[in-house]
Amino acid sequence: MSRILTIAGTEFRIARRNRWVTVSALMMMIFALVLTAAGSAPSGALAADRLSVVVASLTSLAVYVVPLIALLLSFDAIAGEVERGTLPLLLTYPVSRAEALAGKLLAHLGVLALALLAGYGLAAVVAILGDRAALAGLPALWRLGWSSILLGITFLGAGYALSSLAGRPSGAAGLAIALWVVLVVLYDLGLLAVVVADDGGALTTQALPVALLANPADAFRLFNLSASQATAAASGLGAAAKTVSGVAALGSILIWPVLAFGLALASFRRLQP
Amino acid sequence: MTPRLTLSQLTKRYGDVHALTDVSLAVAPGERVALLGHNGAGKSTLMKIVLGLIGFDGGTVSVEGAAPGSTAARRMTAYLPENAAFHPALTGRELVCQYLRLRGQPGAQAGALLDRVGLAHAADRRIGTYSKGMRQRVGLAQALIGQPALMVLDEPTSGLDPVSRREFYALIDDLAHAGASVLLSSHALTEVEARTDRLVILSRGRIVAAGTLGDLRARAGLPLSATVTPAPGAIAAVRAALPPDADWRDGQARLALPVTTKMGFLSRVAALGGQVADVEIAPPSLEDIYTHFSHATPPDAAEPRQAEAA
Repeated sequence: MSRILTIAGTEFRIARRNRWVTVSALMMMIFALVLTAAGSAPSGALAADRLSVVVASLTSLAVYVVPLIALLLSFDAIAGEVERGTLPLLLTYPVSRAEALAGKLLAHLGVLALALLAGYGLAAVVAILGDRAALAGLPALWRLGWSSILLGITFLGAGYALSSLAGRPSGAAGLAIALWVVLVVLYDLGLLAVVVADDGGALTTQALPVALLANPADAFRLFNLSASQATAAASGLGAAAKTVSGVAALGSILIWPVLAFGLALASFRRLQP
Repeated sequence: MTPRLTLSQLTKRYGDVHALTDVSLAVAPGERVALLGHNGAGKSTLMKIVLGLIGFDGGTVSVEGAAPGSTAARRMTAYLPENAAFHPALTGRELVCQYLRLRGQPGAQAGALLDRVGLAHAADRRIGTYSKGMRQRVGLAQALIGQPALMVLDEPTSGLDPVSRREFYALIDDLAHAGASVLLSSHALTEVEARTDRLVILSRGRIVAAGTLGDLRARAGLPLSATVTPAPGAIAAVRAALPPDADWRDGQARLALPVTTKMGFLSRVAALGGQVADVEIAPPSLEDIYTHFSHATPPDAAEPRQAEAA
């Protein structure tokens, strides 16, 4: 454990020096402020408390931003050490590859958690200051918080896997961007196209729920939206989302982090320094 | 004394390329062994196998009875990689502190270690501001952690200025006196000459020569080089007394002497008395010996070498 903490300490220090901590926290805070301000308008009409509405907006935002921050933090983790020539050195120390990877994960998760705390916390403070009834939305925000952490672990793991696979930082960056575009942007567009073309057929009712659960970003969105009735309209796939149970979505967002870390470890173990 | 590191008939292939063939080598406690060879001769591959970073195809490797890369072997082995560039955002102290903790040592020793490699003044500066030589010293500092039993140093003095090199070898001497086994590779032949106990020359993945410098010199049987400077006005007399194959340039004669003829040559030159202003005899340099062995074809390697060339 002390070896994991040692590596985590070094990685966190590097992230802080590289301004990752500041930049990601500022980014989340600005988004949260903008969404809180914008989200206050329709709250009366939907008869939901102000914070619940903000949580719905934050969910849509987090689907994009959390994977992005996670991939940015992780793509260099292994490939950078390969390029600097420090990976062979690290591996001659009495540290297992699992410990090294866990240390990096712990540090990057810390950076992500700080950013989320700053962003979500600010949103909560602003919403509650404006409307005491917004306190009712705190459970939804809490749920968004820990599910964002799970989503973050999934994409950090994916980033490490790509970083080991690429072996060079530039290659790893390319793969990370490709993964983000495919899973977060193109995947949903593809599914939407299928839904429109299928027009309520078997694909929509049977294959679509599976496809949504198979993508950690979609499962994350479904989990948070299914729990929050006021916000089904916030998702383009809102109607289809109703066919997926919240429990199944929870299962998906719990399994993905484990799978992703396993994938990262397998990929890292294959790497010959 | 039982060797600390033992390689026996080690073989490593990358596809069709024979990176190492039948390499056998033992390093005793307190012994300093230098691996010499061209780029691609197999030095780094050998080191990575000893460290357990890569596998091998045949033979055995043992680090004090433990398998390379096992936790027991890693605990007693220190490594200095070639041209390591540590993360530029960390300071030297932070980096060494991390490596100390990974070996289960208190991080507070970082200052003393950095002082030992002459980096105390820059301990709290970021590594991004360090010169190549300073980065190399940081690498050396981490290799000193916990008095390792076996030190594997890949081109340890590249990037160091001559004074730093001397300090570096003084450190290695201390460690060897304290019982550490040192396996290092180098291109700088003249420096390993005086500073190591044994030389191992690798060529195309095979050991083509191994032994002390004296052993290798005797085995190579290379001629000595002699330079004779005649006194003013005595050139003709000296020329007549020396063998006709002497190479005359700038008023000096240069000769290649077989080792066995050294004394006879000296007495002939001495007989010339005042007609000779100066005479110098130099043994073959390490470069000559290295070139001799690294170009020599090992007797049993003729076939694969031709196959590779084809």
